[in-house]
Amino acid sequence: MSATAVASPASPLTGAWRRLASQEALLAVAIVGLAIVVGLINPRFLATRNLADILLGNAYIAVAAVGMSMVIISGNIDISVGALIGVLATVSGSLAVAGAPILVSWLVPLVLGVAVMAAQGAVVAYLRIPAIVVTLGMLSILKGGLISVTGGKWITDLPQNFHLADLSLFGVPMPVIIMVLATALAALWMRHSPRGRAIYATGGNPEAARLCGVNPQRTVLMVFALHGFFAGLASLVYATQLRVIQSTTPQGLELTIITAAVVGGVSILGGVGTVVGSTLAAILIAEITSALVFINVSPYWTDAVRGALILATVIADILRRQRRAAQGWKR
Amino acid sequence: MSAAIGMGVWRAPRWLKRHETLLAIILVIALIALGAFNDRFLTVENLLDQGRFITETGLIALPMTFVIITGGIDLSVGAIVGLCAIMLGYSWKTFGFPLPLAIVFALFVGALAGFVNGFVITRVRVPPLIMTIATLALYRGLAEGVSQAHSVRGYPDWFYFLGQGSLFGVPTQLLLLVVLIVVAGVALDRTTFGRALYAIGANETAARFSALPVDRVKLIVYTLSGLASGLAAWVLVSRVTTTRMDMGIGYELDVIAAVVLGGASIFGGSGTIWGTVIGLVMIQLLKNGLALTGVKGDATIVVIGVALILSVLIASSLQRRRD
Repeated sequence: MSATAVASPASPLTGAWRRLASQEALLAVAIVGLAIVVGLINPRFLATRNLADILLGNAYIAVAAVGMSMVIISGNIDISVGALIGVLATVSGSLAVAGAPILVSWLVPLVLGVAVMAAQGAVVAYLRIPAIVVTLGMLSILKGGLISVTGGKWITDLPQNFHLADLSLFGVPMPVIIMVLATALAALWMRHSPRGRAIYATGGNPEAARLCGVNPQRTVLMVFALHGFFAGLASLVYATQLRVIQSTTPQGLELTIITAAVVGGVSILGGVGTVVGSTLAAILIAEITSALVFINVSPYWTDAVRGALILATVIADILRRQRRAAQGWKR
Repeated sequence: MSAAIGMGVWRAPRWLKRHETLLAIILVIALIALGAFNDRFLTVENLLDQGRFITETGLIALPMTFVIITGGIDLSVGAIVGLCAIMLGYSWKTFGFPLPLAIVFALFVGALAGFVNGFVITRVRVPPLIMTIATLALYRGLAEGVSQAHSVRGYPDWFYFLGQGSLFGVPTQLLLLVVLIVVAGVALDRTTFGRALYAIGANETAARFSALPVDRVKLIVYTLSGLASGLAAWVLVSRVTTTRMDMGIGYELDVIAAVVLGGASIFGGSGTIWGTVIGLVMIQLLKNGLALTGVKGDATIVVIGVALILSVLIASSLQRRRD
């Protein structure tokens, strides 16, 4: 207590100012600023239709990034999520076309997502295999499995009532509702519940977390299971938006999701970050992708921009940490 | 030891317990089994043909072994292959470089891409996993942006010698791979550079206190990884005759699977070139054997994924029992 009181006069950023300089605020400013700049160059960018498309078309990425943020905060990584979302979307669509009750075709991806991710989490947590190896293996199992089972066929003739994403509540489209709810609930839970705090503790220092009575292994398992749930939710938003589901895994989707989490302020060293940031970042990335089209840059440059963005954020994050460490943790 | 023998208990000699030996035994069994299933499998022609397919991932697997021994990882290799392939094709066709110069330029771009990885990893201390995920997106994105999804073809005939020709009845690129395997093996086993890799991977702090140039060694290792990816791109373009921006997608999986299957610990500090070579051969023969028995290409990716996870699981459980 007294330490903060002593330190705060010396610290240039206090109270409201510090909140303004947070990653979330910076992202919000970037989102608005980019919209204004691109809107000046090409006013069509600001058409309600386009802004809605950006939000609706990318809500599923924000939802998946919520789970990814938890995984990264806990000190792990998952590169199988893109393939998993592809598999779950195909499963969901196939069930609907095969005549299963709509509720079943909506719920199965959630259950399956939790099951697949919990299995990976168990291997990571209890058998101590690095997440990168497990999820790299799972990536190829899911990717290869999906193509060889479906033969790359497209799923068409989806029943009308399958399209959950087309519904809206009080005029707000379902993808936005799901995105906001998922982000808000996850953010509150991570901030205020002991289990949520345990994720930060585990990612920050597993040994210290253990000594404080947190079970790091169970926490990692829980995080992966939750990540599976959000992946299922994301696949639901994704699949029910489409008229035709291509039974292949969306190329590079895991990279977009990881980028959203990292650009949103989730530290790749674990222990730091919020899902509000990751959701804002997902929106920003989608906005950038769309903006490139409106200022006549070829969409083939999108991946390069994304790569540069993630690289810049990561380097900034690490440099900031090093400077703070050099200052002897004054704050 | 002698007491144990005296009591009539047979102890397996140490060389037999080595990971590589076990792998070699499994490999021979797999060869015989696949050969029994299909008479086209165990032919000289087929096996030499497989040598062609092995080269691209094989070239990258050598420095990847170094990287993993130091406790790092490089996920950007597939993207570097794509970038170098595009650079080779574009510098020749669009910028009008003579083809030999274009090849050199592509190799330089590969080395530069690897150097950038190594530089940020050692200077800024970004974890290798995240750095190479970021550059995976960046390098692939550059390949896409520069090429605008156009492909390049129509290379002169001599260019195909590396990828399609043969010397003394052996595919040209396989000879190149064999030479580099020997070089890498000797470098790892018999030079201070090689031994430094193990020291860094086993305990980086101790390596620093032993006055090893840790950062310089890592920088070299990641640069080599990029250079080898450039070399693989050259071989690949020469083999398939076209340059496309999506070349090398998923190579990181094959390469890392081969290295880990070959006994290198993903935590660093252990691994050998010979193990990696066996891992490579195993994965390729598994793919080929499965293909010949009618399993489709995509299903073989599943097998590689399973093999990757299982080999790490088995290795770590053996490790735990030893401890």
